[in-house]
Amino acid sequence: MSFCTFTLGALLFGIPVERVLEVLRAPATTPVPRAPRAVSGLVNVRGQILVALDLARRLGVAERPAGAAAMLVLVSVEGGALALVVDEIGDVVCPSGEREPPPRTLPPRTRELILGVHVVDGQLLLALDVDRVASGERERV
Amino acid sequence: MSAKLDQAVLEFLGESREALALVEKELVALERGGASGGVAAIFRAVHTIKGTAGFLGFTRVEALAHHGEEVLARLRDGGLVLGREGASALLGMVDVLGRLLASIERDGREGPLDEAPTIEALRGVLGNAPLATRSPPEVAPIEAPAAAETKVRVDVALLDALMALTGELVLVRNQLRALASEAGGAAVLGPLQRLDAIASQLQASVAKTRMQPIGNAWSKLPRLVRELAHVCGRSVRLSMEGSETELDRTILEALRDPITHLVRNAIDHGIEPPSVRVARGKPGEGCVSLRAFHAGGSVTIEVSDDGNGLDWARVARKGVQLGLVAGEQAAAMTERELTELLFRPGFSTAEQVTTVSGRGVGLDVVRTNVEKVAGTIAVESHAGQGTAWRIEIPLTLAIIPALLVTSGGQRYAIPQASVVEVVRADVERGCERVLDAPVYRLRGKLLPLVDLDRELAGDDAPGEPGRASRNVVVLEANDERYGLVVESVVDTAEIVVKPLGRPLEGLELYSGATILADGRVALILDALGLARRARVVGSGRSRRPARSAPAEEGSSRRRDGAESLLVIEVTAGHRAAVPLAAVSRIEEVASGAIERLGGREVVRHRGDVLPVVRVARLLGVDRSASPREVIPVLVHAHPGGALGLAVDQIVDVVEERVGREGRPGRPGVLGTAVIQERVTDLLDLDALVRLAGEREGAR
Repeated sequence: MSFCTFTLGALLFGIPVERVLEVLRAPATTPVPRAPRAVSGLVNVRGQILVALDLARRLGVAERPAGAAAMLVLVSVEGGALALVVDEIGDVVCPSGEREPPPRTLPPRTRELILGVHVVDGQLLLALDVDRVASGERERV
Repeated sequence: MSAKLDQAVLEFLGESREALALVEKELVALERGGASGGVAAIFRAVHTIKGTAGFLGFTRVEALAHHGEEVLARLRDGGLVLGREGASALLGMVDVLGRLLASIERDGREGPLDEAPTIEALRGVLGNAPLATRSPPEVAPIEAPAAAETKVRVDVALLDALMALTGELVLVRNQLRALASEAGGAAVLGPLQRLDAIASQLQASVAKTRMQPIGNAWSKLPRLVRELAHVCGRSVRLSMEGSETELDRTILEALRDPITHLVRNAIDHGIEPPSVRVARGKPGEGCVSLRAFHAGGSVTIEVSDDGNGLDWARVARKGVQLGLVAGEQAAAMTERELTELLFRPGFSTAEQVTTVSGRGVGLDVVRTNVEKVAGTIAVESHAGQGTAWRIEIPLTLAIIPALLVTSGGQRYAIPQASVVEVVRADVERGCERVLDAPVYRLRGKLLPLVDLDRELAGDDAPGEPGRASRNVVVLEANDERYGLVVESVVDTAEIVVKPLGRPLEGLELYSGATILADGRVALILDALGLARRARVVGSGRSRRPARSAPAEEGSSRRRDGAESLLVIEVTAGHRAAVPLAAVSRIEEVASGAIERLGGREVVRHRGDVLPVVRVARLLGVDRSASPREVIPVLVHAHPGGALGLAVDQIVDVVEERVGREGRPGRPGVLGTAVIQERVTDLLDLDALVRLAGEREGAR
């Protein structure tokens, strides 16, 4: 399985390539007041209005400093496309070996949104559960 | 997620689905005694399904259809009469065929299903007569030659794509327009105007392709009614009028469930059992009627029944029981206010939970779904006679004219349909504070104000920023008006409405988003959602300026039993109050404009002559020192006409739960209360009207 990879802070994540529609530099985002915190805003991608989800906030990991450049990963989800705001885009990797369960060292909120981990070149690749990420902001108690 | 299917199979699935829908509809009609010509149509449909299924190798579909065909052949040839057993068996066949088709669509093959019971039922209807293994060749019935084909089948996805492209075209046209005016290219203007016209016409035509008759949303209802009536022990007839009325496809889909729910309610809770009906002098068979029609820019859909009707007293009692209203308040509630209770989640006057429609109401969900497509729902009911629910949907196209405003430096769009006017207000001066909420007086009427910056910022609202002059956009939602205070009004524009994505679905402030001429995304504000959030839209018809939502939660702001009162000074130092609802307007009248006409004082207003009385004089407390130059006059409408009550000053509008302390005996005064720490007379308007009449008579 090939993964499209990207970073959030020091963490490396991957999404199966067939789920990724496009990767691009984040254009101007229109904020949506009163929206859930993880919603970064709305973006215009070639005439389509997409919701941009700040993945760092959604996963509960360290947030990027305000004003820092970001990239968008467009993924296909039920109901259309979703734009995930990430730090930097990495290479496409094809890990050998099995997927391991997510390590306990990750905070629970992050762990629920990860399908598992692979080891690639000594680094931990966290496989993102895209459908869960997209399916809503409900806080799990 | 279907497996890759052959084109032929896809067509078979599509056509068979349509055929089954037809069969279902015709069977239900036939069972009710419809013309026997319907059997031929049903037979042909099932026969076609059988044939194509056999050709494509779907043997189980073929076999099941074959058994159904046997029954239908007997019906057609007069041997059998379609009774309950036969109809149920054939409808069962329709269901199982539907499931087999679904399985084919999903997995490419006829999945694990047991059609044996259905086949048994069909054979039972035939009296277990031995079946032929293959139907004998039939003489095809002579049909009238089909009308020349003027229609084509088009995939819905293709139409959606066309619609989206047309939308893009409009956007690009807007961008060109903006550029042309900047770049000042005169030669471009001509073609640009042409492009304009073409884009508009194209958009209108494409929108029309998405229109579908509402009959499509009603298609499952005859069968539902048949089954429900049987389960509930009622006898019900379904009447449908206006099923050819056309609606946009997405709106149709959104209304399917609400309409079904209302029909269920009508049968389960509306229509009485036959014995009860007869005892009431009604025909034993109840009627649920669906009506749809176009009128004045909207489509109206009515679901009505001639059953129990809503017992408003019971609704009020339930409201008290659930703690939604105080006892005394409940007695005074208008029908409209009681209707609001019905729409509260969890509200139900059903005595027991039935398996049919659960708690029996779920009207809050119905209303939510109707409002999602910008519609409204209202009810009219008479106890013992019946109930009628009315859904009204404004006809909208995906491209609408809008007003662009700013707040916090960002642009927002407001659909022109919600905008009444734009007022450049000196908000400091014209704004009156009512308790803690701003109210603006516009040409005599009090308009509640909503600050857009505040509503968007929510709980992290900064302190009241100082802005002397602001723009107020007067909006209308649900027949109630309010003023939206915005930073600035930018422009008007034609915008393409796009839905918000899933993560943003619940936000009632917005009804969608759009891309502006410069490519930036702007949110589209929902006038009703905003008003609800700021609580300036209430139930009931009284024109009270409601309060904007306080920052701190916890304390329940709605004090049930409280009334809106207009507090005035009748004369210096003497305070009085009248119910705000009784005041239709407040006019500022120049004292010179008050004329004497046949012994009365009148003022000319908007072409009418309004009789005016000085309240101070009526109450006998006139201590008029120097007459004022501008006199506030409260206009009160009463059965005989309108009366202007001239007072000294308008003080405030309050919401108070007033106890009436005595001092009866004074004409024109109901009692006194302490409001804002001042003794205030509660005026008896009816008495004042009478007094005024007597006085003029006496002259």
